[in-house]
Amino acid sequence: MSYLEYRVTTVPSGFSKILHMNWAIVFLVTAIAVVSCVMLYSVGGSFSKWADPQLKRFGVTFLMMFVMAMIPIWFWRNMSFLAYGIALLLIILVSLMGSMGMGAQRWIDLGFMKLQPSELAKLGIVMALAAYYDMLPAQKVSRPVWVALPLLLIALPVGLVLKQPDLGTAILIMLSGGTVMFLAGVHWAYFATVLATGTGTVLAVFKSRDTAWQLLKDYQYKRIDTFLDPSSDPLGAGYHITQSKIALGSGGVSGRGLTQGTQSQLNFLPEKHTDFIFTTLAEELGFVGGISLLVIYVLILVFCLISAIEAKDKYSSLLISGIAMTFFLFFAVNMSMVMGLMPVVGVPLPLVSWGGSSMLVLMAGFGLIQSAHVHRPRAKK
Amino acid sequence: MSMPAPKLSKKMMRRAFLVGGLQLGFAGVLAVRMRHLQIDQADQFRLMADENRINVRLISPKRGEIYDRNGITLARNEQSFRITLVEEEADDVKGVLGKLGELITITPEDVEQTFIELKKNAPFLPVTVADRVSWDDVSIVALNAPVLPGITPETGLSRQYPLGSYFTHVVGYVGPVSTRDLEKRDAPDPLLKIPRFQIGKSRLEASFEDHLRGKAGARNIEVNAAGRVMQELDRRESEAGANLKLTIDAKLQCYAQARLGEESASAVVMDCKTGELLALTSSPSYDPNKFVRGISHKDYNALLEDKRKPLVSKSVQGAYPPGSTFKMITALAALEAGIIDEKTTVYCPGHLEIAGKKKYCWKRGGHGKVSLEKSLRESCDVFYYDIALKVGIEKIAEVARRFGFGEKHDISMSVENEGLVPSKEWKRRTRDSDWLIGDTANVAIGQGDVLASPLQLAIMTARLATGKMISPKLIADTDAQKNDAEEAEVTLNPAHLKAVRKAMYEVSNARNGTAYRSRVIDEAFRMAGKTGTSQVFTISEAERKKGVTSNEDRDWERRDHALFVCFAPYDDPKIAVSVVVEHGGGGSTTAAPIARDILLQALYDGTPPLTAYPVKDRATISKQQTQFQEILPRLEPEENVET
Repeated sequence: MSYLEYRVTTVPSGFSKILHMNWAIVFLVTAIAVVSCVMLYSVGGSFSKWADPQLKRFGVTFLMMFVMAMIPIWFWRNMSFLAYGIALLLIILVSLMGSMGMGAQRWIDLGFMKLQPSELAKLGIVMALAAYYDMLPAQKVSRPVWVALPLLLIALPVGLVLKQPDLGTAILIMLSGGTVMFLAGVHWAYFATVLATGTGTVLAVFKSRDTAWQLLKDYQYKRIDTFLDPSSDPLGAGYHITQSKIALGSGGVSGRGLTQGTQSQLNFLPEKHTDFIFTTLAEELGFVGGISLLVIYVLILVFCLISAIEAKDKYSSLLISGIAMTFFLFFAVNMSMVMGLMPVVGVPLPLVSWGGSSMLVLMAGFGLIQSAHVHRPRAKK
Repeated sequence: MSMPAPKLSKKMMRRAFLVGGLQLGFAGVLAVRMRHLQIDQADQFRLMADENRINVRLISPKRGEIYDRNGITLARNEQSFRITLVEEEADDVKGVLGKLGELITITPEDVEQTFIELKKNAPFLPVTVADRVSWDDVSIVALNAPVLPGITPETGLSRQYPLGSYFTHVVGYVGPVSTRDLEKRDAPDPLLKIPRFQIGKSRLEASFEDHLRGKAGARNIEVNAAGRVMQELDRRESEAGANLKLTIDAKLQCYAQARLGEESASAVVMDCKTGELLALTSSPSYDPNKFVRGISHKDYNALLEDKRKPLVSKSVQGAYPPGSTFKMITALAALEAGIIDEKTTVYCPGHLEIAGKKKYCWKRGGHGKVSLEKSLRESCDVFYYDIALKVGIEKIAEVARRFGFGEKHDISMSVENEGLVPSKEWKRRTRDSDWLIGDTANVAIGQGDVLASPLQLAIMTARLATGKMISPKLIADTDAQKNDAEEAEVTLNPAHLKAVRKAMYEVSNARNGTAYRSRVIDEAFRMAGKTGTSQVFTISEAERKKGVTSNEDRDWERRDHALFVCFAPYDDPKIAVSVVVEHGGGGSTTAAPIARDILLQALYDGTPPLTAYPVKDRATISKQQTQFQEILPRLEPEENVET
């Protein structure tokens, strides 16, 4: 069903919109922010080091989420390709800055925060594809020409991000984009083909190693090596994974207590306030703490799924599912990597890791979800 | 008309549920993995986390101290002060060192070494800037602490030898562990792996290393990933090493060492009855404290190149031809073989023709008719040539062994020389030539191949004096070890021994005895002895032509060794002394006075009265006594010494 039909149904207006927001998601997101501040306080040794700026950033983006929720979803739909275009331009800008000799960078310094355009692309691709399929008649979805176009939309940012190089972000963009395509109803045979070629590519990546046409950088191969066998280089590249697993394991059921984790407090853990913050959480708050956070994440997913089904219009539904997928990929990849299920690719733990870009993107995503939820069509009573 | 609420297509719903399901499924995998790491493997990972953060640091034990028989300290641990610098606290290392240099003396080498160490170590680890600084310097540094960020005075223990060079040749010294020290041991004590840990390097410090070292304590400390110490978790104190008590009498040792002066010489003093060594000296000596601090190359090379060999402990390491002091052995061999008795006489015309060659007596004019007593008293060589040819080398060697020659006497000095008692078999084995009759004549007067250390000469003297198989002892018995079991008798006819002792008495008490000038006047402490002058080089015909006839005319290295062995009191022997002066000239002129002085010092347990000396010597002795009183260290025994 298309967006035009959706206008005729009743939609809340004015400040009463606030009452129609998905408050479950608001509370769950706030809960995660609290967890984040507690953990940042623990690893930082003081409130002011990391917890305080993180809390301020959360406050600002939390407000932004409310503002975005108030704006009708059709406005965002019209903004979709613009958002995608801006994200793409910014990525090109940072890579140009790098090639112009200003140093290889992945971010733009905005003064109050360092913005990573590649993070924006995660949201941009979902918005653009949702809008694309909203416009595309259902019967054309699986035609090759109409499949090629979204593939190109995905390939552009993925290629640019891979060049940075940022494998983690590239995987996230690719998978979120693919998920939107899948939900939009693209024939499964395409996905089967992609899966097959993907497997082929992985093989090619491994086979190309140490040849003239080597596909990945040496450090990326090294990361894969140490992922496959961390003990091969316990003090070198495998150090992160080994220490991370030790920290997690030593937490046990109930953890060693806040600020009592020896692995994190004594600096055996790398990047303990960013990508490896889950390790600290699991060490200090134990299995109970780790599972609780996982449950909060899963509940958010569940509420998003319900919201996506209730949305009933294609754009909203695809947007919510796509953002939910991005959110899922954040925590799934991060947790997998710190628990040694996946190579270390550099993906933060959503809303917990210290860092502005991912929080901005995630909160903007929740703003969009809220907007879709508030403005969803309702049957007249 | 109302529109029906729009609906998502069935296909989209299906796929949304599929994706949602996959997401939840993967979340399930994460949960299972978390459970596996945090519950199933928790104990293992907890252990690994502790291994990460807990370091064991060893605590050095206090090294056992060494005392003399009266509890006078020979080796102790002294609190030493050093100045350390922590780079990260100092900020401006150069500036801080400059300021420190204005307050106390630090050498440019110290500064250079500091920068090398700083480069090697993490910035939070202390680096020693100056070691063994004085207490005054420490207080200056402490007072100026505010302007010296990163500088801390620290205390530690270091070995100190209060009697320095007087005991080097007995006690030895310690030094930092070397790679060679570690390689020598199968399973080295972990303590030895502490950088610059001090272990015994020579003499008793080395041979009693395990006894003295003690047991390491341990501190469990928490470190962070960079190795910085965060806190101490628990500690087990170290166990101090056991003390060591020697049989040496420090007062006598110091006197004997001083009496040898700058001669290249050695004196051994032994308790005849127990075998306890009262003094074990070797000269020249050197200051062991220099070695502990780290001796300079220049000083070390000077010691190494000194022709008087200060690094050699001559009392046990030296091996000299015993010369005429060996004549008692030849005499006893002949008495036992029944070739002579107390009354047998031999005519000495000044030489004896052996295998067509003339062998001379030291007295060219000859001694005339010589009996056993006269042969020892006047040290006639021809008498011994004559009887030795009849007795044969094997019998002489056999008796020599009974008196401790050619054997290591284990007094834990690790460097003992076993000397040499030659025999026909030995010559065939080492020289691949037959034993000649001239060889026997040489051995008879303690020349040729026979070699003995001053310690062995003292043992011989003690066995002659008591007729018992006295063995030397350097470590004092604890009360538990003490046993009053009598030493075995030397398997000899006591009458023969008595005859030899009588002759030795004559040596220093009869007017024509070779050591008459060094006699003891005190009736209670009458001394018996024997002089020896062993040739290092025979005066060649060429030298004779140039007019070289006496020792004084020759280069130091070519002069004879002077020897003297003695015991006293004659009636009830208590003390045995042997003295060897390398290239000292004559036994009677050089060695005998030294031995007599040391013997009297031992018998009187301190400075003897002048009346014990011959009237002629008293003025010289008196002067010497005053002089020694000034230079010798004053000794105060420690109280409550536990060994």
